[in-house]
Amino acid sequence: MTAEHPNAVIEHWDIIYTHDKGPIVTEFYERLAENKILGRHCPKCGRVLLPPRAFCDRDFADTDKWVEVGQKGVIETFTVVFQKFRGLPDPPYCIAYVRLDGADTSILNFVRVPGLVDAEAVRHKLKVGQKVKVVFAPKGERTGRITDFWFEPEV
Amino acid sequence: MARAVAVAGTGQTKYKSRYPELTQPDLLRTAIRRALEDARLTLDDIDAVVYAMAPDALTGVMHAERWLADASGAIDGKPVIRINTGGATGLSAVQAGYDHIASGAFDTVLICAAERTGESGDAQSILNRIWDPMFERALPLNTITMLAMQAVCFFQKYGTTEEDMAHVSVKRHKAALKNPYAHIQQDVTVEEVLRSRMIAYPIKLLDSCPSSSGAAAMVLTNGETIKRLNERPAWITGLGCAAETYWMGDRTGPKAEAYHADSPALAQSIQTSYAMAGLAAKDMQVAELYAPFSNIELHVIPEAGFASPYEVARRMREGAFDLDGEMPINPSGGVLCSNPIAATALIRGIEAANQVMGRAGDHQVKGVRNALATGIGGDHQFFASMIFSDRPRAGDDLS
Repeated sequence: MTAEHPNAVIEHWDIIYTHDKGPIVTEFYERLAENKILGRHCPKCGRVLLPPRAFCDRDFADTDKWVEVGQKGVIETFTVVFQKFRGLPDPPYCIAYVRLDGADTSILNFVRVPGLVDAEAVRHKLKVGQKVKVVFAPKGERTGRITDFWFEPEV
Repeated sequence: MARAVAVAGTGQTKYKSRYPELTQPDLLRTAIRRALEDARLTLDDIDAVVYAMAPDALTGVMHAERWLADASGAIDGKPVIRINTGGATGLSAVQAGYDHIASGAFDTVLICAAERTGESGDAQSILNRIWDPMFERALPLNTITMLAMQAVCFFQKYGTTEEDMAHVSVKRHKAALKNPYAHIQQDVTVEEVLRSRMIAYPIKLLDSCPSSSGAAAMVLTNGETIKRLNERPAWITGLGCAAETYWMGDRTGPKAEAYHADSPALAQSIQTSYAMAGLAAKDMQVAELYAPFSNIELHVIPEAGFASPYEVARRMREGAFDLDGEMPINPSGGVLCSNPIAATALIRGIEAANQVMGRAGDHQVKGVRNALATGIGGDHQFFASMIFSDRPRAGDDLS
Protein backbone atom coordinates (compact mmCIF):
# COMPACT_ATOMS: atom_id res chain seq x y z
CA MET A 1 0.00 0.00 0.00
CA THR A 2 0.94 3.63 -0.44
CA ALA A 3 -0.64 6.88 0.70
CA GLU A 4 -2.07 7.33 -2.77
CA HIS A 5 -3.30 3.72 -3.06
CA PRO A 6 -4.02 2.53 0.51
CA ASN A 7 -5.65 -0.74 -0.58
CA ALA A 8 -3.13 -1.80 -3.23
CA VAL A 9 -0.41 -4.46 -3.25
CA ILE A 10 3.02 -3.21 -4.41
CA GLU A 11 4.93 -5.64 -6.65
CA HIS A 12 8.37 -5.20 -8.19
CA TRP A 13 9.81 -7.38 -10.97
CA ASP A 14 13.57 -7.81 -10.98
CA ILE A 15 14.66 -10.24 -13.68
CA ILE A 16 18.11 -10.68 -15.19
CA TYR A 17 18.35 -12.12 -18.69
CA THR A 18 21.61 -13.27 -20.30
CA HIS A 19 20.84 -13.03 -24.02
CA ASP A 20 23.25 -14.90 -26.33
CA LYS A 21 24.22 -12.71 -29.28
CA GLY A 22 25.15 -15.40 -31.81
CA PRO A 23 27.89 -15.02 -34.45
CA ILE A 24 26.42 -12.18 -36.56
CA VAL A 25 25.70 -9.82 -33.70
CA THR A 26 29.01 -10.75 -32.03
CA GLU A 27 30.94 -9.95 -35.21
CA PHE A 28 29.14 -6.61 -35.61
CA TYR A 29 30.11 -5.50 -32.11
CA GLU A 30 33.71 -6.75 -32.46
CA ARG A 31 34.12 -4.63 -35.60
CA LEU A 32 32.30 -1.73 -33.96
CA ALA A 33 35.02 -1.79 -31.30
CA GLU A 34 37.46 -1.11 -34.19
CA ASN A 35 35.33 1.87 -35.31
CA LYS A 36 33.87 -0.05 -38.25
CA ILE A 37 30.15 -0.44 -39.03
CA LEU A 38 29.26 -3.54 -40.99
CA GLY A 39 26.02 -4.59 -42.67
CA ARG A 40 25.07 -7.92 -44.20
CA HIS A 41 24.42 -8.44 -47.92
CA CYS A 42 21.42 -10.42 -49.18
CA PRO A 43 22.35 -12.38 -52.32
CA LYS A 44 18.76 -12.43 -53.56
CA CYS A 45 17.54 -8.82 -53.27
CA GLY A 46 21.02 -7.32 -53.11
CA ARG A 47 20.20 -5.12 -50.13
CA VAL A 48 22.83 -4.30 -47.54
CA LEU A 49 21.01 -4.77 -44.24
CA LEU A 50 21.89 -2.71 -41.21
CA PRO A 51 21.50 -3.71 -38.40
CA PRO A 52 23.05 -6.93 -39.73
CA ARG A 53 21.17 -10.22 -39.64
CA ALA A 54 21.84 -13.82 -40.58
CA PHE A 55 18.97 -13.81 -43.07
CA CYS A 56 16.88 -11.42 -45.14
CA ASP A 57 13.24 -11.41 -44.05
CA ARG A 58 12.07 -10.42 -47.51
CA ASP A 59 13.70 -13.42 -49.26
CA PHE A 60 14.17 -15.83 -46.35
CA ALA A 61 17.68 -16.23 -47.77
CA ASP A 62 20.91 -16.47 -45.72
CA THR A 63 22.89 -13.25 -45.98
CA ASP A 64 26.25 -14.09 -47.60
CA LYS A 65 28.82 -11.43 -46.76
CA TRP A 66 29.81 -8.50 -44.61
CA VAL A 67 29.83 -5.03 -46.18
CA GLU A 68 31.46 -2.12 -44.40
CA VAL A 69 29.21 0.93 -44.74
CA GLY A 70 30.15 4.60 -44.67
CA GLN A 71 30.16 6.73 -41.55
CA LYS A 72 28.09 9.48 -43.08
CA GLY A 73 24.43 9.29 -43.92
CA VAL A 74 21.05 10.98 -43.89
CA ILE A 75 18.30 11.21 -41.29
CA GLU A 76 15.31 9.23 -42.56
CA THR A 77 13.12 10.00 -39.55
CA PHE A 78 13.60 11.28 -36.02
CA THR A 79 11.93 12.35 -32.82
CA VAL A 80 13.01 14.47 -29.88
CA VAL A 81 11.75 13.33 -26.49
CA PHE A 82 10.82 15.82 -23.78
CA GLN A 83 9.06 13.42 -21.41
CA LYS A 84 10.85 11.35 -18.76
CA PHE A 85 10.02 7.64 -18.96
CA ARG A 86 11.18 5.47 -16.06
CA GLY A 87 14.26 3.44 -16.99
CA LEU A 88 14.86 5.52 -20.12
CA PRO A 89 17.26 8.49 -20.42
CA ASP A 90 16.62 11.95 -19.05
CA PRO A 91 15.12 14.24 -21.70
CA PRO A 92 15.57 16.05 -23.95
CA TYR A 93 17.23 13.71 -26.44
CA CYS A 94 16.96 13.03 -30.15
CA ILE A 95 16.85 9.57 -31.74
CA ALA A 96 16.83 9.03 -35.48
CA TYR A 97 16.87 6.32 -38.11
CA VAL A 98 19.89 7.13 -40.26
CA ARG A 99 20.67 5.51 -43.61
CA LEU A 100 24.45 5.33 -43.77
CA ASP A 101 26.19 5.51 -47.16
CA GLY A 102 26.22 2.04 -48.69
CA ALA A 103 23.38 0.67 -46.56
CA ASP A 104 19.86 0.10 -47.90
CA THR A 105 18.18 0.23 -44.51
CA SER A 106 18.44 2.63 -41.59
CA ILE A 107 19.87 2.12 -38.14
CA LEU A 108 18.60 3.83 -35.00
CA ASN A 109 20.75 5.83 -32.64
CA PHE A 110 20.97 9.06 -30.69
CA VAL A 111 21.66 12.26 -32.59
CA ARG A 112 23.56 14.75 -30.49
CA VAL A 113 22.37 18.21 -31.47
CA PRO A 114 23.07 21.09 -29.10
CA GLY A 115 20.25 23.37 -28.06
CA LEU A 116 17.24 21.08 -28.50
CA VAL A 117 15.54 22.84 -25.61
CA ASP A 118 12.00 22.98 -26.98
CA ALA A 119 9.81 22.07 -29.96
CA GLU A 120 10.65 25.32 -31.71
CA ALA A 121 14.34 24.39 -31.64
CA VAL A 122 13.47 20.96 -33.05
CA ARG A 123 11.60 22.52 -35.96
CA HIS A 124 14.64 24.68 -36.79
CA LYS A 125 17.49 22.28 -36.17
CA LEU A 126 16.30 18.92 -37.51
CA LYS A 127 14.82 17.69 -40.75
CA VAL A 128 14.42 14.54 -42.82
CA GLY A 129 17.27 14.25 -45.31
CA GLN A 130 19.70 16.08 -43.03
CA LYS A 131 23.30 14.87 -43.32
CA VAL A 132 24.88 13.38 -40.23
CA LYS A 133 28.12 11.61 -39.34
CA VAL A 134 29.01 8.78 -36.97
CA VAL A 135 30.89 9.66 -33.79
CA PHE A 136 32.36 6.91 -31.59
CA ALA A 137 32.53 7.05 -27.83
CA PRO A 138 36.04 7.29 -26.38
CA LYS A 139 37.54 3.77 -26.07
CA GLY A 140 37.47 3.76 -22.29
CA GLU A 141 33.74 4.59 -22.15
CA ARG A 142 32.38 1.81 -24.37
CA THR A 143 29.93 -0.80 -23.13
CA GLY A 144 29.62 -3.10 -26.14
CA ARG A 145 26.16 -1.80 -26.94
CA ILE A 146 24.80 0.18 -29.88
CA THR A 147 25.22 3.37 -27.87
CA ASP A 148 29.02 3.07 -28.34
CA PHE A 149 28.39 5.41 -31.27
CA TRP A 150 25.95 8.19 -32.06
CA PHE A 151 25.27 10.69 -34.82
CA GLU A 152 26.06 14.37 -35.05
CA PRO A 153 25.08 16.85 -37.75
CA GLU A 154 27.68 17.01 -40.50
CA VAL A 155 28.69 20.64 -40.45
CA MET B 1 -18.42 -23.57 -47.07
CA ALA B 2 -17.98 -21.48 -43.95
CA ARG B 3 -20.68 -21.20 -41.34
CA ALA B 4 -22.09 -17.70 -40.83
CA VAL B 5 -20.97 -16.05 -37.58
CA ALA B 6 -23.03 -13.43 -35.75
CA VAL B 7 -22.40 -11.16 -32.78
CA ALA B 8 -24.90 -12.17 -30.12
CA GLY B 9 -23.91 -9.61 -27.51
CA THR B 10 -21.24 -7.20 -26.29
CA GLY B 11 -20.21 -5.79 -22.93
CA GLN B 12 -17.83 -3.08 -21.74
CA THR B 13 -16.83 -1.45 -18.48
CA LYS B 14 -15.98 2.20 -18.00
CA TYR B 15 -12.35 2.82 -18.96
CA LYS B 16 -10.32 4.69 -16.38
CA SER B 17 -6.85 4.86 -14.88
CA ARG B 18 -7.46 2.57 -11.92
CA TYR B 19 -9.99 0.06 -10.66
CA PRO B 20 -9.59 0.06 -6.86
CA GLU B 21 -13.06 -1.49 -6.48
CA LEU B 22 -12.43 -4.54 -8.74
CA THR B 23 -9.58 -7.05 -9.01
CA GLN B 24 -8.67 -8.19 -12.51
CA PRO B 25 -10.97 -11.27 -12.50
CA ASP B 26 -13.83 -9.20 -11.06
CA LEU B 27 -13.27 -6.58 -13.74
CA LEU B 28 -13.29 -9.18 -16.51
CA ARG B 29 -16.42 -10.81 -15.06
CA THR B 30 -18.23 -7.46 -15.13
CA ALA B 31 -17.75 -7.13 -18.89
CA ILE B 32 -18.61 -10.81 -19.46
CA ARG B 33 -21.86 -10.54 -17.46
CA ARG B 34 -22.87 -7.52 -19.51
CA ALA B 35 -22.10 -9.31 -22.79
CA LEU B 36 -24.05 -12.41 -21.69
CA GLU B 37 -27.03 -10.30 -20.60
CA ASP B 38 -26.88 -8.45 -23.91
CA ALA B 39 -26.86 -11.80 -25.74
CA ARG B 40 -29.60 -13.27 -23.49
CA LEU B 41 -27.29 -16.21 -22.76
CA THR B 42 -25.67 -17.72 -19.68
CA LEU B 43 -22.11 -18.88 -19.14
CA ASP B 44 -23.34 -22.47 -19.67
CA ASP B 45 -24.18 -21.59 -23.28
CA ILE B 46 -20.53 -20.75 -24.01
CA ASP B 47 -18.68 -23.58 -25.79
CA ALA B 48 -15.18 -22.04 -25.83
CA VAL B 49 -13.31 -19.00 -24.50
CA VAL B 50 -10.76 -16.80 -26.26
CA TYR B 51 -8.69 -14.41 -24.15
CA ALA B 52 -7.30 -11.28 -25.75
CA MET B 53 -4.16 -10.63 -23.70
CA ALA B 54 -1.29 -8.34 -24.63
CA PRO B 55 2.24 -8.32 -23.07
CA ASP B 56 2.00 -9.70 -19.51
CA ALA B 57 4.03 -6.93 -17.92
CA LEU B 58 1.31 -4.39 -18.73
CA THR B 59 -0.91 -5.99 -16.09
CA GLY B 60 1.94 -7.42 -14.02
CA VAL B 61 0.61 -10.98 -13.99
CA MET B 62 2.36 -13.60 -16.09
CA HIS B 63 0.04 -16.07 -17.80
CA ALA B 64 -2.93 -14.20 -16.32
CA GLU B 65 -5.41 -16.41 -18.16
CA ARG B 66 -4.92 -18.77 -15.20
CA TRP B 67 -6.17 -16.13 -12.76
CA LEU B 68 -8.99 -15.14 -15.11
CA ALA B 69 -10.25 -18.66 -15.83
CA ASP B 70 -12.99 -18.77 -13.21
CA ALA B 71 -14.28 -15.32 -14.22
CA SER B 72 -14.88 -16.58 -17.75
CA GLY B 73 -16.11 -20.09 -17.00
CA ALA B 74 -13.00 -21.68 -18.49
CA ILE B 75 -13.21 -24.60 -16.05
CA ASP B 76 -14.65 -28.12 -16.00
CA GLY B 77 -13.36 -29.06 -19.44
CA LYS B 78 -14.21 -25.91 -21.38
CA PRO B 79 -11.68 -25.14 -24.16
CA VAL B 80 -9.66 -21.93 -23.91
CA ILE B 81 -6.96 -20.19 -25.94
CA ARG B 82 -5.06 -16.94 -25.53
CA ILE B 83 -4.23 -14.53 -28.39
CA ASN B 84 -1.56 -11.80 -28.43
CA THR B 85 -0.70 -9.58 -31.39
CA GLY B 86 0.07 -6.49 -29.30
CA GLY B 87 -2.34 -3.65 -30.05
CA ALA B 88 -4.16 -5.82 -32.60
CA THR B 89 -4.80 -8.49 -29.94
CA GLY B 90 -8.51 -7.75 -29.46
CA LEU B 91 -9.44 -8.15 -33.12
CA SER B 92 -7.12 -11.12 -33.59
CA ALA B 93 -9.03 -12.75 -30.72
CA VAL B 94 -12.34 -12.08 -32.48
CA GLN B 95 -10.85 -13.65 -35.61
CA ALA B 96 -9.95 -16.76 -33.59
CA GLY B 97 -13.51 -16.85 -32.24
CA TYR B 98 -14.87 -16.46 -35.77
CA ASP B 99 -12.74 -19.41 -36.95
CA HIS B 100 -14.00 -21.54 -34.05
CA ILE B 101 -17.57 -21.11 -35.30
CA ALA B 102 -17.09 -20.82 -39.08
CA SER B 103 -15.18 -24.12 -39.02
CA GLY B 104 -18.01 -25.86 -37.19
CA ALA B 105 -15.82 -26.67 -34.18
CA PHE B 106 -18.00 -24.67 -31.76
CA ASP B 107 -21.38 -22.91 -31.82
CA THR B 108 -21.03 -20.12 -29.25
CA VAL B 109 -17.74 -18.49 -28.25
CA LEU B 110 -16.83 -15.85 -25.67
CA ILE B 111 -14.03 -13.38 -26.49
CA CYS B 112 -12.87 -11.31 -23.53
CA ALA B 113 -10.13 -8.98 -22.31
CA ALA B 114 -9.25 -7.19 -19.09
CA GLU B 115 -6.37 -4.73 -18.94
CA ARG B 116 -4.83 -2.84 -16.02
CA THR B 117 -2.45 -0.53 -17.87
CA GLY B 118 -2.90 2.15 -15.23
CA GLU B 119 -1.50 -0.07 -12.46
CA SER B 120 2.10 -0.06 -13.65
CA GLY B 121 2.18 3.61 -14.51
CA ASP B 122 5.13 2.60 -16.65
CA ALA B 123 3.53 1.39 -19.88
CA GLN B 124 6.15 3.07 -22.06
CA SER B 125 9.06 1.57 -20.10
CA ILE B 126 7.42 -1.85 -20.49
CA LEU B 127 6.79 -1.27 -24.19
CA ASN B 128 10.49 -0.49 -24.71
CA ARG B 129 10.93 -4.24 -24.10
CA ILE B 130 9.10 -5.12 -27.34
CA TRP B 131 12.37 -4.30 -29.16
CA ASP B 132 15.26 -6.70 -29.61
CA PRO B 133 18.00 -6.65 -26.97
CA MET B 134 20.80 -6.71 -29.58
CA PHE B 135 20.41 -3.45 -31.49
CA GLU B 136 17.40 -1.36 -30.49
CA ARG B 137 16.52 -2.03 -26.83
CA ALA B 138 19.39 0.12 -25.57
CA LEU B 139 17.75 3.07 -27.29
CA PRO B 140 14.62 4.73 -25.89
CA LEU B 141 12.15 3.25 -28.36
CA ASN B 142 8.60 2.85 -27.18
CA THR B 143 5.20 3.15 -28.82
CA ILE B 144 5.24 6.95 -28.54
CA THR B 145 8.71 7.50 -30.00
CA MET B 146 8.19 5.01 -32.82
CA LEU B 147 4.88 6.63 -33.79
CA ALA B 148 6.37 10.11 -33.45
CA MET B 149 8.81 8.97 -36.13
CA GLN B 150 5.81 7.84 -38.22
CA ALA B 151 4.38 11.36 -37.92
CA VAL B 152 7.66 12.87 -39.12
CA CYS B 153 7.58 10.58 -42.18
CA PHE B 154 3.92 11.45 -42.84
CA PHE B 155 4.66 15.18 -42.61
CA GLN B 156 7.56 14.70 -45.02
CA LYS B 157 5.56 12.77 -47.60
CA TYR B 158 2.15 14.42 -47.45
CA GLY B 159 2.83 17.89 -46.07
CA THR B 160 0.60 17.57 -43.00
CA THR B 161 1.28 19.62 -39.87
CA GLU B 162 1.06 19.56 -36.08
CA GLU B 163 -2.10 21.63 -36.43
CA ASP B 164 -3.63 18.92 -38.63
CA MET B 165 -2.92 16.44 -35.83
CA ALA B 166 -4.54 18.78 -33.30
CA HIS B 167 -7.76 18.84 -35.31
CA VAL B 168 -7.99 15.03 -35.07
CA SER B 169 -7.55 15.21 -31.32
CA VAL B 170 -10.26 17.87 -30.96
CA LYS B 171 -12.72 15.74 -32.97
CA ARG B 172 -12.12 12.57 -30.97
CA HIS B 173 -12.28 14.31 -27.60
CA LYS B 174 -15.60 15.82 -28.64
CA ALA B 175 -16.88 12.40 -29.76
CA ALA B 176 -15.86 10.76 -26.46
CA LEU B 177 -18.18 13.09 -24.54
CA LYS B 178 -21.08 11.01 -25.93
CA ASN B 179 -19.55 7.66 -24.97
CA PRO B 180 -20.14 6.85 -21.27
CA TYR B 181 -17.34 4.21 -21.34
CA ALA B 182 -14.66 6.62 -22.64
CA HIS B 183 -11.71 7.22 -20.30
CA ILE B 184 -10.97 10.82 -21.29
CA GLN B 185 -14.09 12.98 -21.39
CA GLN B 186 -12.80 16.47 -21.83
CA ASP B 187 -13.55 19.05 -24.51
CA VAL B 188 -10.32 20.49 -25.92
CA THR B 189 -9.52 23.19 -28.47
CA VAL B 190 -6.91 23.19 -31.24
CA GLU B 191 -4.94 25.80 -29.27
CA GLU B 192 -5.01 23.66 -26.13
CA VAL B 193 -3.71 20.64 -28.04
CA LEU B 194 -0.94 22.68 -29.66
CA ARG B 195 0.02 24.21 -26.30
CA SER B 196 -0.06 20.89 -24.42
CA ARG B 197 3.22 19.40 -23.19
CA MET B 198 5.48 18.03 -25.93
CA ILE B 199 6.04 14.32 -25.25
CA ALA B 200 8.01 13.17 -28.32
CA TYR B 201 8.10 15.64 -31.19
CA PRO B 202 5.61 16.12 -32.84
CA ILE B 203 3.32 14.18 -30.45
CA LYS B 204 1.97 16.22 -27.55
CA LEU B 205 0.08 15.16 -24.46
CA LEU B 206 -3.32 15.89 -26.02
CA ASP B 207 -2.37 14.01 -29.21
CA SER B 208 -1.91 10.90 -27.04
CA CYS B 209 -4.07 8.09 -25.70
CA PRO B 210 -4.33 7.54 -21.94
CA SER B 211 -3.10 4.43 -20.04
CA SER B 212 -6.46 2.82 -19.37
CA SER B 213 -7.80 -0.02 -17.28
CA GLY B 214 -11.04 -1.76 -18.14
CA ALA B 215 -12.60 -4.85 -19.69
CA ALA B 216 -14.60 -5.81 -22.76
CA ALA B 217 -16.34 -8.97 -23.98
CA MET B 218 -18.13 -10.19 -27.09
CA VAL B 219 -20.23 -13.30 -27.65
CA LEU B 220 -20.24 -14.84 -31.13
CA THR B 221 -22.60 -17.55 -32.26
CA ASN B 222 -23.78 -19.52 -35.28
CA GLY B 223 -26.76 -18.81 -37.56
CA GLU B 224 -29.08 -21.35 -35.97
CA THR B 225 -28.55 -20.00 -32.45
CA ILE B 226 -28.77 -16.31 -33.32
CA LYS B 227 -32.25 -16.76 -34.78
CA ARG B 228 -33.74 -17.29 -31.32
CA LEU B 229 -31.63 -14.61 -29.61
CA ASN B 230 -31.51 -11.46 -31.63
CA GLU B 231 -33.67 -10.14 -34.46
CA ARG B 232 -31.06 -7.59 -35.47
CA PRO B 233 -27.60 -9.12 -35.04
CA ALA B 234 -24.34 -7.98 -36.58
CA TRP B 235 -22.77 -10.60 -38.85
CA ILE B 236 -19.06 -10.91 -39.48
CA THR B 237 -18.81 -10.69 -43.27
CA GLY B 238 -15.13 -9.92 -43.76
CA LEU B 239 -11.85 -10.27 -41.95
CA GLY B 240 -8.20 -9.88 -42.75
CA CYS B 241 -4.81 -9.74 -41.14
CA ALA B 242 -1.36 -8.87 -42.46
CA ALA B 243 2.13 -8.39 -41.07
CA GLU B 244 4.90 -5.92 -41.86
CA THR B 245 8.68 -6.27 -41.38
CA TYR B 246 9.91 -6.15 -37.78
CA TRP B 247 12.69 -3.76 -38.78
CA MET B 248 11.48 -0.16 -38.66
CA GLY B 249 14.67 1.00 -40.36
CA ASP B 250 13.78 -1.20 -43.35
CA ARG B 251 10.71 1.00 -43.84
CA THR B 252 12.90 3.85 -45.10
CA GLY B 253 15.05 4.49 -48.15
CA PRO B 254 14.55 3.83 -51.88
CA LYS B 255 14.44 0.04 -51.50
CA ALA B 256 11.76 0.04 -48.80
CA GLU B 257 8.62 -1.92 -49.63
CA ALA B 258 6.68 0.08 -47.04
CA TYR B 259 7.62 3.65 -46.11
CA HIS B 260 7.11 4.30 -42.38
CA ALA B 261 4.52 7.02 -43.20
CA ASP B 262 2.21 4.37 -44.62
CA SER B 263 1.23 0.84 -43.75
CA PRO B 264 0.61 -1.11 -46.95
CA ALA B 265 0.06 -4.23 -44.83
CA LEU B 266 -2.84 -2.49 -43.06
CA ALA B 267 -4.33 -1.53 -46.44
CA GLN B 268 -3.87 -5.14 -47.54
CA SER B 269 -5.62 -6.44 -44.42
CA ILE B 270 -8.56 -4.09 -45.00
CA GLN B 271 -8.76 -4.95 -48.71
CA THR B 272 -8.85 -8.63 -47.76
CA SER B 273 -11.82 -7.87 -45.48
CA TYR B 274 -13.61 -5.91 -48.20
CA ALA B 275 -13.01 -8.68 -50.77
CA MET B 276 -14.27 -11.40 -48.42
CA ALA B 277 -17.43 -9.38 -47.75
CA GLY B 278 -17.88 -8.45 -51.41
CA LEU B 279 -17.86 -4.81 -50.34
CA ALA B 280 -15.74 -1.68 -50.75
CA ALA B 281 -14.89 1.42 -48.72
CA LYS B 282 -17.94 3.21 -50.15
CA ASP B 283 -20.21 0.53 -48.64
CA MET B 284 -19.13 1.33 -45.05
CA GLN B 285 -21.32 3.73 -43.06
CA VAL B 286 -18.98 3.96 -40.05
CA ALA B 287 -15.49 2.81 -39.02
CA GLU B 288 -13.73 2.28 -35.71
CA LEU B 289 -10.07 2.59 -36.64
CA TYR B 290 -7.23 1.82 -34.20
CA ALA B 291 -5.31 5.08 -33.77
CA PRO B 292 -3.66 5.69 -30.38
CA PHE B 293 -2.16 9.03 -31.45
CA SER B 294 -3.74 11.75 -33.57
CA ASN B 295 -1.23 11.33 -36.43
CA ILE B 296 -2.14 7.65 -36.76
CA GLU B 297 -5.74 8.39 -37.67
CA LEU B 298 -4.51 10.58 -40.55
CA HIS B 299 -2.75 7.62 -42.14
CA VAL B 300 -5.26 4.91 -41.24
CA ILE B 301 -8.20 6.70 -42.89
CA PRO B 302 -6.43 6.61 -46.29
CA GLU B 303 -5.36 2.97 -45.78
CA ALA B 304 -9.06 2.12 -45.36
CA GLY B 305 -9.89 3.93 -48.60
CA PHE B 306 -11.93 6.76 -47.05
CA ALA B 307 -9.74 9.65 -48.30
CA SER B 308 -6.55 10.39 -50.18
CA PRO B 309 -3.57 10.86 -47.84
CA TYR B 310 -3.09 14.27 -49.45
CA GLU B 311 -6.65 15.35 -48.60
CA VAL B 312 -7.32 13.58 -45.31
CA ALA B 313 -6.25 16.49 -43.10
CA ARG B 314 -8.42 19.01 -44.98
CA ARG B 315 -11.42 16.70 -44.95
CA MET B 316 -10.91 16.07 -41.23
CA ARG B 317 -11.14 19.83 -40.59
CA GLU B 318 -14.24 20.09 -42.79
CA GLY B 319 -16.01 17.51 -40.63
CA ALA B 320 -16.16 14.66 -43.18
CA PHE B 321 -15.30 12.14 -40.42
CA ASP B 322 -17.58 13.56 -37.69
CA LEU B 323 -20.59 11.68 -36.29
CA ASP B 324 -22.83 13.53 -38.77
CA GLY B 325 -20.20 13.67 -41.53
CA GLU B 326 -20.18 11.71 -44.77
CA MET B 327 -17.98 8.94 -43.29
CA PRO B 328 -18.08 8.89 -39.48
CA ILE B 329 -14.79 7.64 -38.00
CA ASN B 330 -14.36 6.66 -34.35
CA PRO B 331 -17.68 8.03 -33.07
CA SER B 332 -16.81 6.39 -29.71
CA GLY B 333 -13.89 8.77 -29.30
CA GLY B 334 -11.61 5.94 -30.32
CA VAL B 335 -8.30 4.81 -28.91
CA LEU B 336 -7.24 8.42 -28.41
CA CYS B 337 -9.68 8.61 -25.46
CA SER B 338 -9.51 5.01 -24.11
CA ASN B 339 -6.63 2.56 -24.46
CA PRO B 340 -6.82 -0.57 -22.29
CA ILE B 341 -4.27 -2.18 -24.60
CA ALA B 342 -5.35 -5.86 -24.81
CA ALA B 343 -9.00 -4.84 -25.00
CA THR B 344 -8.58 -1.87 -27.34
CA ALA B 345 -8.97 -3.60 -30.72
CA LEU B 346 -11.79 -5.75 -29.29
CA ILE B 347 -13.54 -2.49 -28.39
CA ARG B 348 -13.17 -1.40 -32.03
CA GLY B 349 -15.04 -4.58 -33.00
CA ILE B 350 -17.65 -4.13 -30.25
CA GLU B 351 -18.31 -0.52 -31.25
CA ALA B 352 -18.57 -1.46 -34.94
CA ALA B 353 -20.94 -4.36 -34.16
CA ASN B 354 -23.04 -2.15 -31.86
CA GLN B 355 -23.38 0.40 -34.68
CA VAL B 356 -24.75 -2.33 -36.98
CA MET B 357 -27.13 -3.57 -34.25
CA GLY B 358 -28.33 -0.01 -33.56
CA ARG B 359 -27.06 -0.24 -29.96
CA ALA B 360 -24.30 2.37 -29.94
CA GLY B 361 -26.25 4.80 -27.74
CA ASP B 362 -25.70 8.54 -28.06
CA HIS B 363 -22.96 8.05 -30.65
CA GLN B 364 -25.11 5.85 -32.91
CA VAL B 365 -24.69 6.63 -36.62
CA LYS B 366 -27.92 6.50 -38.61
CA GLY B 367 -28.56 3.72 -41.11
CA VAL B 368 -25.46 1.56 -40.55
CA ARG B 369 -25.46 -1.55 -42.73
CA ASN B 370 -21.70 -2.21 -42.70
CA ALA B 371 -19.01 -1.12 -40.24
CA LEU B 372 -15.24 -1.55 -40.38
CA ALA B 373 -13.01 -2.18 -37.35
CA THR B 374 -9.19 -2.29 -37.35
CA GLY B 375 -6.33 -3.06 -34.98
CA ILE B 376 -2.58 -2.38 -35.08
CA GLY B 377 0.06 -4.18 -32.99
CA GLY B 378 3.81 -4.33 -32.51
CA ASP B 379 5.73 -1.41 -33.97
CA HIS B 380 3.10 -0.98 -36.73
CA GLN B 381 3.80 -4.59 -37.52
CA PHE B 382 0.62 -6.66 -37.06
CA PHE B 383 -2.64 -5.51 -38.60
CA ALA B 384 -6.15 -6.91 -38.26
CA SER B 385 -9.45 -5.77 -39.71
CA MET B 386 -13.06 -6.93 -39.67
CA ILE B 387 -16.38 -5.98 -41.25
CA PHE B 388 -19.67 -6.28 -39.41
CA SER B 389 -22.86 -6.24 -41.50
CA ASP B 390 -26.62 -6.28 -40.99
CA ARG B 391 -26.95 -9.50 -43.00
CA PRO B 392 -24.87 -12.67 -43.37
CA ARG B 393 -22.24 -12.97 -46.04
CA ALA B 394 -23.68 -14.29 -49.31
CA GLY B 395 -23.23 -18.04 -49.49
CA ASP B 396 -22.43 -18.62 -45.82
CA ASP B 397 -24.04 -21.64 -44.19
CA LEU B 398 -26.73 -20.40 -41.77
CA SER B 399 -26.77 -23.56 -39.61
